[in-house]
Amino acid sequence: MTTKSKKSATKKTSKRSSKTSRVADFGRKTVRDEVVLSVKDLKTQFSTKWGTVKAVDGISFDLKKGETLGIVGESGSGKSVTSLSLMRLVPSPPGEIVSGEVNLNGRDLLKLSEKDMTEVRGGEISLILQDPMTALNPCFSIEDQVGEGIRIHQGVKGKSLFDKVVDALKSVRIPAADQRAKDYPHQLSGGMRQRVVGAIGISSNPSVIIADEPTTSLDVTIQGAYLRLLKQIQEETGVGIIFITHDFGIVAKMCDRVAVMYAGRIVESADVRTIFNNPLHEYTKALIESVPKLEQKTGRLTQIEGQPPALWDLPEGDSFAPRSTLKFSEKDAKIRPELVEVSKNHFVQLSKSSVKDFKKYAHLVDY
Amino acid sequence: MAAKTEKKTNSKSIVPNELGCTTSTKDSIVQVRNLRKHYEVNKALSFFGKDIIGKTDLLKAVDNVSFDVPKGKTFGLVGESGCGKTTTGKLILQLENPTAGEIYFQGEDVALMSKAGLVEYRKSVQAVFQDPWASLNPRMRVRDIVGEPLQIATTMTKEQIAKRVGDLLEEVGLNEYQSNFYPHEFSGGQRQRIGIARALALNPKLIILDEPVSALDVSIRAQIMNLLVDLQNEHDLAYVLIAHNLATVRYMCHRTAVMYLGVIQEMGDTETVFNNPQHIYTNALMSAALPSHPDIDRDELVLPGEVVSPINPPSGDVFQTRTPLKVDAKHEYANNRPPLVQVGKKDHWVVETPWSIATKEMKVNLAGI
Repeated sequence: MTTKSKKSATKKTSKRSSKTSRVADFGRKTVRDEVVLSVKDLKTQFSTKWGTVKAVDGISFDLKKGETLGIVGESGSGKSVTSLSLMRLVPSPPGEIVSGEVNLNGRDLLKLSEKDMTEVRGGEISLILQDPMTALNPCFSIEDQVGEGIRIHQGVKGKSLFDKVVDALKSVRIPAADQRAKDYPHQLSGGMRQRVVGAIGISSNPSVIIADEPTTSLDVTIQGAYLRLLKQIQEETGVGIIFITHDFGIVAKMCDRVAVMYAGRIVESADVRTIFNNPLHEYTKALIESVPKLEQKTGRLTQIEGQPPALWDLPEGDSFAPRSTLKFSEKDAKIRPELVEVSKNHFVQLSKSSVKDFKKYAHLVDY
Repeated sequence: MAAKTEKKTNSKSIVPNELGCTTSTKDSIVQVRNLRKHYEVNKALSFFGKDIIGKTDLLKAVDNVSFDVPKGKTFGLVGESGCGKTTTGKLILQLENPTAGEIYFQGEDVALMSKAGLVEYRKSVQAVFQDPWASLNPRMRVRDIVGEPLQIATTMTKEQIAKRVGDLLEEVGLNEYQSNFYPHEFSGGQRQRIGIARALALNPKLIILDEPVSALDVSIRAQIMNLLVDLQNEHDLAYVLIAHNLATVRYMCHRTAVMYLGVIQEMGDTETVFNNPQHIYTNALMSAALPSHPDIDRDELVLPGEVVSPINPPSGDVFQTRTPLKVDAKHEYANNRPPLVQVGKKDHWVVETPWSIATKEMKVNLAGI
């Protein structure tokens, strides 16, 4: 944003009466140069009757303090399994984290004992789930459910526990928090329920929050309020957020950096403006272009032909090749592409079959 | 049959004119006039029609809604959950009986139709639902799902039906051999295609699309939206699109109505409405919608309070409890429903009260710069 437009924005706000509240503080810089979570070559597989499903096939990324990373992809691209793997919640069997490292504040989570992991889960790293209707237990009051994590991780009881619960509810802007704490989930609206799930997530001051499509079931205005809330919490606490979503609108609004996943691998990752202004992989391009725009009348949408591949029967080499619209020989598609840094912090899975400007970067790879 | 209907239409083409309804009877497929649907909740214990204990509350899901659905065009209904858009769709489909008001199908009042006329009406008006996992019977094969309307409403033989099902599947982008499969063998996008094939089976004139893409993956949404647009052009279909995603509405719809608490707040040509939204509520919805580029940083217009329950809404303007402006309690429209008012000379209508029109500062700047 230029300084000029910033000025006009502040002017606008001051003109407004106190009752009309406009919020223009999105995109404030919160990223700090300190890596909290570093994932290296993570592989998660499931053994099924069709064969081994490589749900996550060697992905690596870093998350800095106060940064929001968006992991984008279709259903079945492995983004949710990634989040479960980070929490070590992959059901085993049939699932298994085959290899890799998940370093959280310098500790490899994959090497921890189950007992230590229980302390990390919901403590240092927490998960906000998609559906607030099912993420909350209808049989327990809000106080019990928010308090559970606080009790386990901070060992407080009685009156001070209740105070902490009320604080957590206040931090997600739930009005009359001390009364709401006694309520049961069915007494709250959808937006309020999602806030309670958020309160559980942040109650133990985690360093990383994984938000798995937290707003898909919410209305536009409630979604806006919830995303704003997450940003505010991030500003206050400097928590790193991993946003798992298929919606590029949320990415545009929330994320600092984006990783696009396809068939269990990251095909492109860069900061959010590079992804929107200069996408290199055909899949990223198509994903961005397939969304109608609110800002102007959109012409016919670009559609990605076909379906995402079955993960137990992946095409050899470049898994996006069968859906790519570029011209390439069968031999090119058979080469398994590598993720290469094409410019600073811009990584692309380089292949002739799905990168149009392959020639420009051909010197970076030896195939 | 067709000739007979035509005759009837001519004899009673007296669809009353309503504000905001600009399409003539000749050019519209369905015209909705003063439609209301009220549900009784928390019923009182009554004796001989007198309430003895408690009082009956009225949930006004749809409250005095009028609009025209033009032939071969898409009419969009937008709003938050609970604004009555799905109920409106159900009323048009005759899945619910209106409390008051009329639905005219090509000039003929649906409530006064003969049995045969209603059969024709149901053939001409079909639906595609939101959740492709819940709207297909898991115990039926695709050929039975798509063929069922043909078995019921036509006299086609088994072979003819099988042929037609094959053609329909091809038309929506599936293969004929897939007609022997069960729904669980398909992905979400393919299931939605099956739902569309079923809706197309009887050559309808109008399809009610109730959030047809919101349960699908983003990349699949484009496929389904393009398919719907193609089918519309090919068969001259009219759609009523019920959606909460404004970008989808702008892409698909020719005319749009914004609903709040069962009442249309703003209506008109889609581009006119989106380029110059008048109502505060429309501006608030647009400002909260997700941007299509990270550089777009829209100021969000936040309305005070939460969505009000449609149980016993205010007798005057329904928006008065959410407006950021001051409401004059003695004003006529604080106690009586305000009518739609035309904006300029365009096809653009809005509920105009002293507190419902967005001031200059509230106007959403979609580009956000």
